[in-house]
Amino acid sequence: MTALFDWLAQILGILAAVLAAPLFLGWVNQCRAWLQNKSAPSILQPYRGIRKLFHKDAVIAANASQLFRLAPYMVFGAMVTAAAIIPSVATRLPFTQAADAIALVGLFATARVFVSLAAMDVGTAFGTLGARREMMIGFLAEPALLMIIFVASLISATTALPRISELLATQSLALYPSLAFTAVAFTMVLLAENARIPIDNPATHLELTMIHEALLLEYSARHLALMEWAAALKLFNYVCIGFALFVPWGLATSQAPLALALSSLFLGAKLVLAGAGIALIETVSAKLRVFRAPEFLATAFLFAVLGLLVRLLLGT
Amino acid sequence: MVLQWWFDQAARHAGTKDAGAIAGPPRAWGLTVTREEWRQAAENMALGGGRLMSLWASRTIDGGHIVRAAFVADVGVLILSLPVTAFDTYYPGIEQSFPSASRMQRAIADLCGLRSTDADQRPWLRHAAWPASFHPLRDQVIPPPDAPAIDDYAFVRVEGDGVHEIPVGPVHAGIIEPGHFRFSVVGEKVLRLEQHLGYVHKGIERRFSELSLLEGHRLAARVSGDSAVAFSWAYCQALEGMAAARIPPRATWLRALALELERLANHLGDLGALGNDAGFAFGLAQFSRLKEQLLRATEFALQQRYLLDLVVPGGTRVDLSSAGAAGLIDCIQSIAAEVATLRTIYDEHSGVRDRFANAGVVTPALAARLGLTGLAGRASGQGFDLRCDLPWDPYGDLAPRKVVRAEGDVAARVTVRFDEVAESMRLVKQIVQQLPAGTHHVSVSAPEEGSLGIGLIEGWRGPVLLALEAGAAGKILRCHPHDPSWQNWPVLEHAIIDNIVPDFPLINKSFNLSYSGHDL
Repeated sequence: MTALFDWLAQILGILAAVLAAPLFLGWVNQCRAWLQNKSAPSILQPYRGIRKLFHKDAVIAANASQLFRLAPYMVFGAMVTAAAIIPSVATRLPFTQAADAIALVGLFATARVFVSLAAMDVGTAFGTLGARREMMIGFLAEPALLMIIFVASLISATTALPRISELLATQSLALYPSLAFTAVAFTMVLLAENARIPIDNPATHLELTMIHEALLLEYSARHLALMEWAAALKLFNYVCIGFALFVPWGLATSQAPLALALSSLFLGAKLVLAGAGIALIETVSAKLRVFRAPEFLATAFLFAVLGLLVRLLLGT
Repeated sequence: MVLQWWFDQAARHAGTKDAGAIAGPPRAWGLTVTREEWRQAAENMALGGGRLMSLWASRTIDGGHIVRAAFVADVGVLILSLPVTAFDTYYPGIEQSFPSASRMQRAIADLCGLRSTDADQRPWLRHAAWPASFHPLRDQVIPPPDAPAIDDYAFVRVEGDGVHEIPVGPVHAGIIEPGHFRFSVVGEKVLRLEQHLGYVHKGIERRFSELSLLEGHRLAARVSGDSAVAFSWAYCQALEGMAAARIPPRATWLRALALELERLANHLGDLGALGNDAGFAFGLAQFSRLKEQLLRATEFALQQRYLLDLVVPGGTRVDLSSAGAAGLIDCIQSIAAEVATLRTIYDEHSGVRDRFANAGVVTPALAARLGLTGLAGRASGQGFDLRCDLPWDPYGDLAPRKVVRAEGDVAARVTVRFDEVAESMRLVKQIVQQLPAGTHHVSVSAPEEGSLGIGLIEGWRGPVLLALEAGAAGKILRCHPHDPSWQNWPVLEHAIIDNIVPDFPLINKSFNLSYSGHDL
């Protein structure tokens, strides 16, 4: 009976994440518009975009291979799986136990490989350009992300995200300077990995400057909808990883319906704040030259290493 | 001085059929030359620091061809005319002296069927919309395009290890004008850029010859919508000069007001767009708001947001009321304070500065060699502004301050815009406060057949030239509008070399050249 309820809660959790991800993106866009003195689009705008795309006929390049058609489903699937692994509401759900943080990084890498291969598949200049840049960013961001996870793992002696969260959330209040450094590093990786300013500009119409958008230029209709939905889900996932590592308070450690409801409320509040924070960073920064991206991500890596050193040398 | 000699020559023979003063701008002379003199004159002009303003061809009333070139130097404007008979297959090209002449000569070949002796004979404005044997400004009946119409343009290929091409456009991801850019790159570094324009050729010059002289200003204003005042004023300057009309001072001051408002609106829009292209959307939002304020004040004062129909032959269409004047002053004052704040933000924002500085550098030496002109030229040490150097009424009285920078990068072009915004706001205030009384419009009669007039106006992008020839029965025989983009597009190809691909949109925007005004 408990097992059945666990699985029910798990499936509901995944559904909630998948459905709420565009809402979070809408919230970030809304905050950004407000900060720039613009009247904001509706918070539901991403849903409308996705719905519109699902109603269109897909146009696929004549020389596209099966990989090109397959990639949107692979990428979307990877993001849904990631959403299942990340303890966003509760720590003791079946899937959250199934894989650790390193597997999660691998999952993101898998999605990246597919989207880049698909972009190169049709053979247009922009797809290749975008794929090249995307691989450069990924190649620099993944080590930084691993290093961030190692710091948290050192504190809690496990690489399983739910264990880390539980430990940090339930023990008596303690400040970890190492985690503060790591949180800065994580924020930088989050911006880079999710095609946000200062690395990429999600609102750009300039094809020569694009990274993420350039990968999707050949996609249309349902494929594009899945890709965009996956991108929204990726942002949601990253923010939830951040919560799990740095502000785990409020996570449900049991499957009691009341605990889950309370935990969801906490998550909503944290998402509101995080979305506003991302929008603020994006508003006050300009986009970096592409060749500054390695410096940016090297700085993120350095912060993560600093966190690691602080943890190892000072034990805090 | 060799350059002066040609002006003296024109003055010495003034009154003969081969030389004389040209109606329109101050100190303008015309001279008919032989084939040998044509190239000699171009060499001397280049040597003496003269600038090639435009190159075009027209037909005489009896069916012959004339190639004309307009040069501007400190001493004045010189229009050279080279008659080309049916027996001359090629006229002498002047690309060696003025690199910007190349594309103009190719356009002449496409439109008029006259070929230069220079090496590059690829079509420029003709894509595949009409067959190569047809020349829109020479032949009457437009034939259907060749079937199949394939636009096969011979781009220059760059060979080497790891070199690949990125074709961009003519259809872009954003809603902008069409143009094709062929990048040859290694990784992200640009080795070479080659442009291919002409996608918005719409037969404006041919259309002019179907209009009467007194209505051509309306089409001139629509050659390039962002320079409506500059082009319509240039048209009226040429027409009024040919008709020897005396324009009331109030009208010229109102035209100057319109020209400065146009400059302000474009500079404000560009400053915002430049911020946006550096990923700083805050700048776009703020500058768009300021531009909108200005456009509304302009509409309140002069009845149009963009002043497409203000300048008419004989003066201006509307007068400035005292309420409109007060509205403009209020608007300028509130914008001035905000622009100053935004300038501080642009200057102090490390991310924005990093994107602007050292991007798309055009050194003063290169700018001089290639003939970079207008705003972009002034950011590369080319201190040339018609308003100061060859002032026409009323700029002699207004005495605008010339803004020149020598760095030649995006940051310099931004700085020049900021400084010109400040100066134009001062000019607007001065014009509104000292506007002469009197009428704002007089009637003008159509000039006589066969006369030639020139309009030369410093628009916001650079010097705009318009050549007008009167035909029979009050019709236009030939009207050639020339946008400074002709000179500056080729320089953009050089500005991007050794920069990285994703910086191109920013560098391109810092020039903000016209497609429509170039392709005609």
